[in-house]
Amino acid sequence: MTELQAERAGKPLGVPRIEAKSQRSRYLDVLIAIAAFAVLATLPFLFSSKALLDFVIRCAAFGLFATSLNLLVGYTGMISFGHGMFFGLGAYSFALIMQRTGVPIPVAFICTLLITTVIAAVIGAICVRLKEIYFAFVTLAFQMLIHSMILSWVSLTGGDQGLRGGIPRPVFLGVDLSNYLHLYVVSCALLVIGLLLMRQIAQSPFGYTLRMIRDNAVRASFIGIDVWRAKLTIFVLAALFASTGGIIMSLFVSGAYPEFAFWTISGEGIFINMLGGVTTFLGPMVGTVLLLIMNDTVTRLTEYYGIVLGIVILFFAIGLRKGLMDFVVEWYEVRRDGAKERAR
Amino acid sequence: MLDVQQLSKSFGGVKAADHISLSFADGSLTAVIGPNGAGKSTFFNLITGALKPDSGRVLLNGVDMAGRSPPDIARHGIGRAFQVASIFPSLTVHETMLAAVCADQRRASVLHRRFPLAETRDRAEHAMEMLGLAGKRDRTSATLSHGDQKLLDIALALVLDPKVLLLDEPTAGMGTEERWRMIDKVHELWEQQKITVVFIEHDMDIVFKIAPSIVVLCYGRILATGTPDAIRRNAAVIEAYLGTEHHAGQAT
Repeated sequence: MTELQAERAGKPLGVPRIEAKSQRSRYLDVLIAIAAFAVLATLPFLFSSKALLDFVIRCAAFGLFATSLNLLVGYTGMISFGHGMFFGLGAYSFALIMQRTGVPIPVAFICTLLITTVIAAVIGAICVRLKEIYFAFVTLAFQMLIHSMILSWVSLTGGDQGLRGGIPRPVFLGVDLSNYLHLYVVSCALLVIGLLLMRQIAQSPFGYTLRMIRDNAVRASFIGIDVWRAKLTIFVLAALFASTGGIIMSLFVSGAYPEFAFWTISGEGIFINMLGGVTTFLGPMVGTVLLLIMNDTVTRLTEYYGIVLGIVILFFAIGLRKGLMDFVVEWYEVRRDGAKERAR
Repeated sequence: MLDVQQLSKSFGGVKAADHISLSFADGSLTAVIGPNGAGKSTFFNLITGALKPDSGRVLLNGVDMAGRSPPDIARHGIGRAFQVASIFPSLTVHETMLAAVCADQRRASVLHRRFPLAETRDRAEHAMEMLGLAGKRDRTSATLSHGDQKLLDIALALVLDPKVLLLDEPTAGMGTEERWRMIDKVHELWEQQKITVVFIEHDMDIVFKIAPSIVVLCYGRILATGTPDAIRRNAAVIEAYLGTEHHAGQAT
């Protein structure tokens, strides 16, 4: 018991302390988010390159999408191959609402999230009971179903031509999304707020419930956790952030295209997670940046984009066996522990 | 008190539980023994909701648990540990305990606060100290020794303050010395916590030494119940399970 006593003497664990500590980490996250937003918001004033801002907006759309997929893959152990359907759903719902009803943008935003909630809840209720490969393939099947609907319901969605004709952007609260700079800042704000919310989910008691389910769902159910309900909840929450990514994308391209709901989007999401790593919160964000940089440079150099991408996937999957951020964190921990050893 | 009435379960033609009726008084310590395939684990699975019984009732203080889901039964106060330690490999010991208390306090789906919650701390701490895991709080569960993983599994059940604790072979896979340490721990917990403990055990020396009452299962049926002395002398038990006169001889 000496070890225990020493530990107690060293750091008295009062009841308020633990809460204070977790509160502190929350404030730290908010601080980092504000700093990140400030940096992103000053970019247009430092660089006049529109390509850079384009890049950041695409990072916002795909970053939200990929990070929300990591809530399922990395935190809960649910490998969804159909997460892209919510990206497409967000883009189409938002663009359609704006085109057909002319409601203010915030209303369309909220309506899109509501539609996503309902559809994700229905699809999730069917899928989340399934295990591993069955879950993966049934989500993929729903993805294909939504994609086929978009293709065949021409009168509503424009079919394979996509939803064209632009998105009306009435000014709201002084924000004019037809102004490129406004669109840029709003995209960055959505990204930062989305990441902050997802970070809160990951670090909440619910986030630890998800980790327990990932590690051992049977054990979790025997300590009183309703596994099905928790899985459905995170499935819907993740869909909401993916949908938000889709909304940003539809504003960026001023429309919506069937490719947004195609399985390749889900595939890219999985790939981004493999690239960036699923054991850290920001892994998928790093993966998004890497993938988009790769995408932009490789397509400029060669038309055989797929071959290059395939080689990189193989390198990460077979060579590193983990994502970049996993690698960095491990390297850092080894160094830190080494330093500790030397200090002794 | 846990009162099992006419509990039955068949898998095809095999009766894994055949009208089992047993009652476990509050604060009792009971060992369940029987040859392989006797239905011991099935019996636990029926009580904890892992399997739905074909018929019969499981009354916990008069409330029927039969056919309910595992989380529901766990919340009513029946905790269990598994034959193969069932833990959360990537969480640390401390996180495991905090998360389990959190679940017990119905806060497993809280989104707006940060983990760990202040109100979970004391109970988690208490459970770790009780099982001697406090010094290993920051170890990732997967890196614990086999014995510590079994202890953590039991801690996961205990931290929920169960009324009834079911331990499926707490000493499985352990060497002789480790077995005794483990079973002393179980005995100590039973005395301290004053809860009903039912455990499955293969080592007859352990069973006859520490269990005040014993249930013998065979082919899904109760072959005998009673004190160690009565079981040792029971002719049916000797024939079906103990096999030799060895233990009977020791009794005299």
